[in-house]
Amino acid sequence: MLTAGRNPIAGRRVQLMATCLCDAFHDDVAAATVEVLEHLGCDVGFPEAQTCCGQPAFNGGNWDASRKVVRHAAQTFSGEDPVVVPSGSCAAMLFHGARLEFEKEPDLGEIEGLGRRTWELCDFIVNGLGVKAWPGRFDAAVALHRSCHTRGTGSGEAAALLLGSIAGLRLVEFGEGEQCCGFGGTFSVSFPHISKAMGDLKLGFVLEAKPDLLVSGDMGCLMHLQGLADKEGMQVKSLHVAQVLRDSLKAAR
Amino acid sequence: MKKQPIDQFAASLPAWTRANVLGGSKIGHEKRTKILFDHYGHPDRLRHLAGEIKQHVVENLDTYLPQAEARLAANGVKVHWAATAESACEAVHAIMLSRGATKIVKAKTMVSEEIELEHYLAKRGIEILETDLGEFIVQLDHDTPSHIVKPIIHKNRRQIAELFEKNGLGAYNDEAGVITQRARAFMRRKYLEAGVALTGANFVVAETGRLVLVTNEGNSRFCLAATRCHIALVGIEKILPKDRDLALLLNLLARSATAQQLTVYTEFILGARARGQPDGPDEMHVIFVDNGRTDILASDCRDILRCIRCGACLNVCPVYRQASGHAYRSVYPGPVGAVFSPLMLGKHFPEKADLPKASSLCGACNEVCPVDIPIPDLLLRLRDKAYQEGVPSPGTPPMGAWAILATQPAAWRAALAGGRIVNYLPTSLIPVPALRAWESSRVLPRWRGGEFRKWLKARRKPRAQ
Repeated sequence: MLTAGRNPIAGRRVQLMATCLCDAFHDDVAAATVEVLEHLGCDVGFPEAQTCCGQPAFNGGNWDASRKVVRHAAQTFSGEDPVVVPSGSCAAMLFHGARLEFEKEPDLGEIEGLGRRTWELCDFIVNGLGVKAWPGRFDAAVALHRSCHTRGTGSGEAAALLLGSIAGLRLVEFGEGEQCCGFGGTFSVSFPHISKAMGDLKLGFVLEAKPDLLVSGDMGCLMHLQGLADKEGMQVKSLHVAQVLRDSLKAAR
Repeated sequence: MKKQPIDQFAASLPAWTRANVLGGSKIGHEKRTKILFDHYGHPDRLRHLAGEIKQHVVENLDTYLPQAEARLAANGVKVHWAATAESACEAVHAIMLSRGATKIVKAKTMVSEEIELEHYLAKRGIEILETDLGEFIVQLDHDTPSHIVKPIIHKNRRQIAELFEKNGLGAYNDEAGVITQRARAFMRRKYLEAGVALTGANFVVAETGRLVLVTNEGNSRFCLAATRCHIALVGIEKILPKDRDLALLLNLLARSATAQQLTVYTEFILGARARGQPDGPDEMHVIFVDNGRTDILASDCRDILRCIRCGACLNVCPVYRQASGHAYRSVYPGPVGAVFSPLMLGKHFPEKADLPKASSLCGACNEVCPVDIPIPDLLLRLRDKAYQEGVPSPGTPPMGAWAILATQPAAWRAALAGGRIVNYLPTSLIPVPALRAWESSRVLPRWRGGEFRKWLKARRKPRAQ
């Protein structure tokens, strides 16, 4: 498994990596992540110097630029406290992608260290903290899109486990669930035709299942799918998994 | 703005071609998954083991190739080494001349496509007849294959019926059974006219010199039964150490390629016809073809040489499904082709450096690969290689300025605040091509740069350090 060999969780102090998409567009997702982690008793730190995980340049082929950003992230998220990210894609960048582009670099060890303490949010809750059920109530039929960068990690199952345990929430299956939504970071703008076609297929399968909500652990996928749906006038409502977990807690209060 | 060739190709693809490719690949993938998980408790363990075996071979070719050569020679097979496509073609031609033969019946071999053998021999008065049904149709239509295993996945039977009618193979009839019978009747005569049989090899076992061929139509067996000389074109990476490795690899190959337990014909060939054997060639040649493979072996992408050409990564790939195989401008399309094809070009790599870009890096290819090739990692390495070599990448946003912002927290925060401009200006006034590409099909959410940090500051109690 991609996430093998990670540091076990010792204390309750965590560092939040908000992700550049939440920093720029989806502030409520980052806020929900904070509230979810605090509900679990975590002391959430937010290193102010944080920017991005380095993935755009990594995927775009400019590894020189990407390494600069990854080094900045390693400096920013120093220490032993786990780094929790509300994105499977950014997490995979830090525990897999960065290792690849630092293979021949002298500071590989440091970068691998960052990878070993980085967790995607649901993976952290279920496999890091050992929480297997979520309290509260959330009345909705939910289509869970398992983002591709959580392949080979515990994140997809963790998200399904948490969501499935919420009172009132029903997970609905949809066709070709394992297929990519077509976002792919820079792919979405350098291959706009194929990206849209893939997104349309995904939306078709999701709508067929008639969910109340489309949920994912990655804002990249959701921004793309919601953006397509809005442009085409399709009725789609989407939330990040952190928002569902937080809203479920609100109902419990 | 310049565009990515594969995206443009996909946009111009006729709806029916896209439907053929999408439908065909989807069925192939679903059947593959079903049979693997029906038959095995842990197919992933088998994939990992097969991957280790093939990686071991790739890293020890210097031992296994001489061993295979010695065993083949002991079995009476003449072994040839071809460093380039041209020398491989020359080797085939020399054998044809030595036998005074002018006609070849050919079973499916991707290497022959790769070295453009048909073209080379045609110029020298030698005719090749394809005996694999799909390849025969490709040949008749002067087309090229668009899939490694299903060469005519892009065609439907109406098109094939029209093609047959045009070529004097009977009046229009699009029943699959009729098409097959007509092709069969046509080919039967040709087998007997040919002097030489040409095949590939799915595996060559170093320990025994055993050549393994899998087909579903029996055409390779016909080729060998009807002719006196057998030439096998084999990529140097097709080696397996021992006969016992075939058990695992054949089981995975048939299930991954065509969702079969076993292909209809699996031939194990230990040399030319033995004394007392009634049929079969009395002369056998194996041409080991390099054609760029040792350069790949020397690169950090050598894992791609594990490939056993099953096509599972094509079937599952969402980009292949949308773009079709022809979009890749290569004999090897899809995810495996996006790695293999540009690398094979050696110093002409830039000509196909756009292929590794045609992926959302979703990782589905790695998940289905019977030899567990980390294809997304290899695509990423090739993107870095293209950048290092200064190959332009149309549509990819420039990352230099982004890296400056993303390493200077103050500048980053300023950009978060400044980004608000996208909420007020129409896209047409903002000179960022990536933004226009985004908005060509998607709505951009409202920019709320810095809002989360404000929220956090407002509610936060100072943290005890």
